[in-house]
Amino acid sequence: MPTEGKKRAAHRALEDRILTGAARASAEQRASAFGNADLRPQLDGLLGKVVARPTEVTDADFAAAQAAGFSEDELFELVICAAVGQSARLYDAGLAALADAVAAEENS
Amino acid sequence: MRLEVLNSGYSTGTKLLFALIQLFSRQPVPDAARLVFYRPDFYGTRAKEFTHEAMRGPSAWSVADRELMAAYLSQMNESAFCIGAHTATAERAYQDGQKVAAVLADLDSAPIAQPLMATLRMLGKLTSEGKVSAADMQEVLATGVSSQQVEDALAVCAAFNTTNRLADAFGFEVLSPEGFEAGAKYLLRRGYR
Repeated sequence: MPTEGKKRAAHRALEDRILTGAARASAEQRASAFGNADLRPQLDGLLGKVVARPTEVTDADFAAAQAAGFSEDELFELVICAAVGQSARLYDAGLAALADAVAAEENS
Repeated sequence: MRLEVLNSGYSTGTKLLFALIQLFSRQPVPDAARLVFYRPDFYGTRAKEFTHEAMRGPSAWSVADRELMAAYLSQMNESAFCIGAHTATAERAYQDGQKVAAVLADLDSAPIAQPLMATLRMLGKLTSEGKVSAADMQEVLATGVSSQQVEDALAVCAAFNTTNRLADAFGFEVLSPEGFEAGAKYLLRRGYR
């Protein structure tokens, strides 16, 4: 593997902080939000939209999550995890396609 | 914003800073700026570092080109606050509002060079479809874009896919044209740190 560039490393530092640093939401919940997988039903509406259709998020999505017992600070963290997780997937998909393109060029 | 902590949960020092910014700029502090001051150890500090590196760090893309990428991605994501903010910043950076408007209206007929056009097209596809192929990347490289420039553009893509999502999920208030103009001046003078 080539050395990670400074920009990707700076994004990695953000990912590491929100996933493994001190927080109100559990590490497991943060990992689920980041990975957009295994979300509890009360969070699925809000976080699913953050990933796929963020313009459709409503006050009611936050209200439903709060009614299920999530605090504002937990939701602050989990929304950020969902957004950064989607960006990390896009970033890595782009870098992987680039690496394939460069390898194909070198082999041709 | 949708979470009350993002409206009022700041320390006294931060509230004073917001009041001073508002006093001197004669504009409300944009929600994008407020967000990174809330519990900055969780998100703001590292987000600012990454975004500044992507938008103002060393790159063969100009600052104007990167702001145009930000505006274009924000439009793909239909993120109203970010479209306003980065259209204003790109227009100011290029000193050319027509060029920016043309890209946002119809990329294929916009008066920009092939390398930038091909890169924007690839970023748009990645953002809307969630993936791109090696062939998509080869098309970009064939226009003369270096592999480092592709990496740099992907960093802009990551920064704005996050910011767009947070803007719409938390409900950033859309500013007046004067508010966006003041923000654009600030971003070009100081960057994202």
